Amino acid sequence: MVVNRIVLRFSPPLVEQPIIYRLVKDYDLIINILKADINPHKEGFVVLEISGDSENYNRGLDYLRSVGVEIEPLSGTIHWNRERCLQCGACTTFCPTGALYLTRPEMEVHFDGSKCIVCESCLDVCVARAVEVRF
Amino acid sequence: MAVEKTYEEINARIKKGEAVVVTAEEIIDFVKEKGVKKAVQEVDVVTTGTFGSMCSSGVFLNFGHPTPRMKMKKIYLNGVPAYGGIAAVDAYLGATELPESDPENRVYPGRFLYGGGHVIEDLVAGRAVKLEATAYGTDCYPRRHIETWITLADINEAILFNPRNAYQNYNVAVNLSNRTIYTYMGVLKPNLGNASYSTSGQLSPLFNDPYYKTIGIGTRIFLGGGIGYVVWHGTQHNPCVPRTPKGVPMEGAGTLAVIGDLKQMSPEWLRGTSNIGYGVSLAVGIGVPIPILNEEILLYTTVRDEDIYAPVVDYSNAYPNNTGEVLGHVNYAQLKSGKITVNGKEVPTTPRSSYYKARQIAQILKEWIRSGKFLLTEPVQLLPGVESGIKLKSLKERKNND
Repeated sequence: MVVNRIVLRFSPPLVEQPIIYRLVKDYDLIINILKADINPHKEGFVVLEISGDSENYNRGLDYLRSVGVEIEPLSGTIHWNRERCLQCGACTTFCPTGALYLTRPEMEVHFDGSKCIVCESCLDVCVARAVEVRF
Repeated sequence: MAVEKTYEEINARIKKGEAVVVTAEEIIDFVKEKGVKKAVQEVDVVTTGTFGSMCSSGVFLNFGHPTPRMKMKKIYLNGVPAYGGIAAVDAYLGATELPESDPENRVYPGRFLYGGGHVIEDLVAGRAVKLEATAYGTDCYPRRHIETWITLADINEAILFNPRNAYQNYNVAVNLSNRTIYTYMGVLKPNLGNASYSTSGQLSPLFNDPYYKTIGIGTRIFLGGGIGYVVWHGTQHNPCVPRTPKGVPMEGAGTLAVIGDLKQMSPEWLRGTSNIGYGVSLAVGIGVPIPILNEEILLYTTVRDEDIYAPVVDYSNAYPNNTGEVLGHVNYAQLKSGKITVNGKEVPTTPRSSYYKARQIAQILKEWIRSGKFLLTEPVQLLPGVESGIKLKSLKERKNND
């Protein structure tokens, strides 16, 4: 059993193809799309969490390479600077996975890196600039 | 017989280390458990707190004269302009000031990474700040240009003077349009994607003294981690707004003008902030002690989040166009729960000020008073209340001066 987070980059012609469908149907992989930017006739990317049997996983990735999809590991991590944080909690409304969250009734901000998908939604909404992306 | 305490009596107890001090949060359960009659006898002071961006903030600075002397006209601190239209080496640096080189919103939304609020944070953190000034030169002040570095310790005075802080209640900001908007209330997602709110609710200073019966000119407070004072009602002080039966204003109402010595403050409680698409500001920590002079004042301090209602306002149209339209009211218990309902839709809430830090401020002020190092002051004059008839005005434009 493998669980991995990867970034797929598509060239414009590939955007027209049902690649995710193939991963599910032919390789029995469980796909969770964490972030995607795909537009007709343009380059696109998808951040995926893929889980499944390790042999299927490797065959699935081979298939992706064979059709010309570029595969990158999900690099970059969000670093939350507790000292810089003003503890307002504004970021928690923008974090799609609950990696940045408030405990109630304390209203204290916490960060759970294991839930972070590096979507960077928190970066611009933090008035203290207490979150940064590190590569 | 009804309990009536004086400031002198309370201060005598503080000096002896006998004062009973609780926070505006703790007083709620204290009164619930012990009852009003017992609580008013026992409790001397209730402490409040708030911590968030407060744009109407800034610092008066006196740099001292260089040799030869200089009448500084245009002044920059780390590239951020300070106002020099006062005496020779005095200046006022405002929290929202930006470097002239800032791209602002030309590339929308602008990032506003550095400005007046950040210079104030740098100063209070003890970091060196670059001072650059030009002048036209006079017989007594011949120097025309200076470029040097200053620290807070080097300069004569640094007086934090904030003309409007600690707003008593504030709008809950939403966005009814179909595009993301960038406001001083933060990023507002389209189609009621989120609702931004400010103030610390039941911990907020003016919610605990809604009719300004104890807070006034000369009230000693926690300001930016040091000791400060209320010097006046703040700008836009607007006491005559609709109120709940318990006196809680239903919209932005009272404000405080505050002053204090920056040299004894801390960057933990004064922090530069960057609001994407909007500008820079300064997060200010304020805590006001409420003397429990009698039962009436005690009851005001027992205000709970569920008693405090804020108006929901659309910042894509109603706010910028000043229509006055309100989409409804929600209470702070709802806001703090993480979601409210607006126009029948469940909307996640985005806090703009820190309740967590507000509680810390109330706790710190409580310890200061308990330890005897912070005495209460009786105001020389209370803030204008509902009897003042003060009404907030809008600016009327005129074509001619007639």
